[in-house]
Amino acid sequence: MPLDSPELILSYLSSARFFTAAAMTLLISLCSLAGGMASGLVLALLQESRFGPLRVLAVAYLWLFRGTPVLFQLIFVFNVLPSFGVVLSGFACAVLALSLNEGAYMAEIMRSGIRAVGPGQRQAARALGMTDWAVMRWVVIPQALRMIVPPIGNQFIGMLKLSALVSVIAVEELLLVANQTASSNFRYLEALSAAGIYYLGLTTLFMLLQAFVERRLARRGRAAPKRGWTQWMLGATAEGARVR
Amino acid sequence: MSSASSPPVLKAEAIHKSYGPLAVLRGVDLSVGRGECLCIVGPSGSGKSTLLRCLNLLEPVQDGRVTFEGRDILQSRRAEAPGIRQRIGMVFQNFELFRHLSARDNIALAPIRVKGEDPANARARAEVLLRKVHLPDKGDSYPDELSGGQQQRVAIARALAMDPVLMLYDEPTSALDPETVGEVLQVMQELAEEGMTSVVVTHEMGFARRAATRVIFMDGGVVVHAAPPAAFFDPAAPKPERLARFLGRLEH
Ligand SMILES: Nc1ncnc2c1ncn2[C@@H]1O[C@H](COP(=O)(O)OP(=O)(O)OP(=O)(O)O)[C@@H](O)[C@H]1O
Ligand SMILES: [Mg+2]
Repeated sequence: MPLDSPELILSYLSSARFFTAAAMTLLISLCSLAGGMASGLVLALLQESRFGPLRVLAVAYLWLFRGTPVLFQLIFVFNVLPSFGVVLSGFACAVLALSLNEGAYMAEIMRSGIRAVGPGQRQAARALGMTDWAVMRWVVIPQALRMIVPPIGNQFIGMLKLSALVSVIAVEELLLVANQTASSNFRYLEALSAAGIYYLGLTTLFMLLQAFVERRLARRGRAAPKRGWTQWMLGATAEGARVR
Repeated sequence: MSSASSPPVLKAEAIHKSYGPLAVLRGVDLSVGRGECLCIVGPSGSGKSTLLRCLNLLEPVQDGRVTFEGRDILQSRRAEAPGIRQRIGMVFQNFELFRHLSARDNIALAPIRVKGEDPANARARAEVLLRKVHLPDKGDSYPDELSGGQQQRVAIARALAMDPVLMLYDEPTSALDPETVGEVLQVMQELAEEGMTSVVVTHEMGFARRAATRVIFMDGGVVVHAAPPAAFFDPAAPKPERLARFLGRLEH
């Protein structure tokens, strides 16, 4: 290892280029998670629908998005949409593809949350004169969201890592910037170390944030199960390490 | 009290209900007069809970009529059912308070979201209702922080918040510790005395004796016997064999 490595890593870490790239990684992840939660919730509601064709639609979506690699979906959105006259920026393509893909996984989490709200709660809400939609909106979804905080946190950490894939469609996120930087001077160790430190910083930050939110919900006595710190870190690292 | 001059609040006729091949209600007739407190007793599985759920359209009914506010609500369209349920309060064995909301917000939720009441007004009224069920300082408590008896009283307040013309109670004290049963029955009796029309499925014969205007015995999906409480529980009064056996079992 060259003597000036630590210095170079530090200079990369503090450079505007790397910082902007990390911000881009974060932004893509946040947007895609939000998009994934929205599409996941819609899919979960479709799956729970009384109307057969809607359930079929949901199954077809899951089959399509779980049955193909996310990298394929990313490249597909980026390269095929323009030939249908839909021209989106690299960033928009990245968020669109990651959101649609994430939805296919989030649906299962949303569904388990919705199912965990017992039939007695729905019945009580209906007995008060709520329509089916009001029951969902005011009784089922709020309780389901509290129950899915731990798995959502894990999904987000997964998303931070997944976002590295969008380097293939030329979005200036961490991995692409590190790669470009290194290819100009062949200092891969330093550039990739800097990117790695940013990734670890972001994932750690969000693990802590997740623990904080989880504890707050637990303190207010509601659904989220209490877990010890170490137990929680183990769980998060195991879950977050899931490969897609 | 029910009187011949005023029409019943609710009248059910020949209610038939099956779950697949299992006939649970086999022609139930029942009528609840204004201000009445009608207690329904009967062995487990006789269809008491099912009957209550049919009365406020939580369960589809195969055949029969339920006359409420001047019309047969079994003939109403699906979209009308929530509006009808608003007028009928229901209290469940397991309370079913919304776990993510404080006692106050449990009570205010339906007035705000269903009736579109102003949130501040609805919460203020929730406080009034909490006082009515003798829980004046529990507005901020979450269901997990309340005893069973307290939760059930909040559930009663939640139902009252919609200003129902009729209250249905399905074994409201069966899931409670013996020491908290009394406080819930107390609230129910006070409401009945104020003239709230009630239908109460219960195993608390003491409550039926004290608070009921009429007691109905259900068995095998039909009403076997109906009488004012004095006659109902009078050992000397003539009654069907099945009821005599049911009451006899309760003695021991
Ligand atoms: N959702 C359902 N699906 C199928 N069968 C049901 C359903 N609900 C109730 N039943 C059946 O209908 C019958 C009557 O049930 P119900 O709950 O009305 O009785 P109950 O008189 O309230 O009894 P308990 O005193 O135990 O509460 C029972 O045999 C029960 O198994
Ligand atoms: Mg029952």
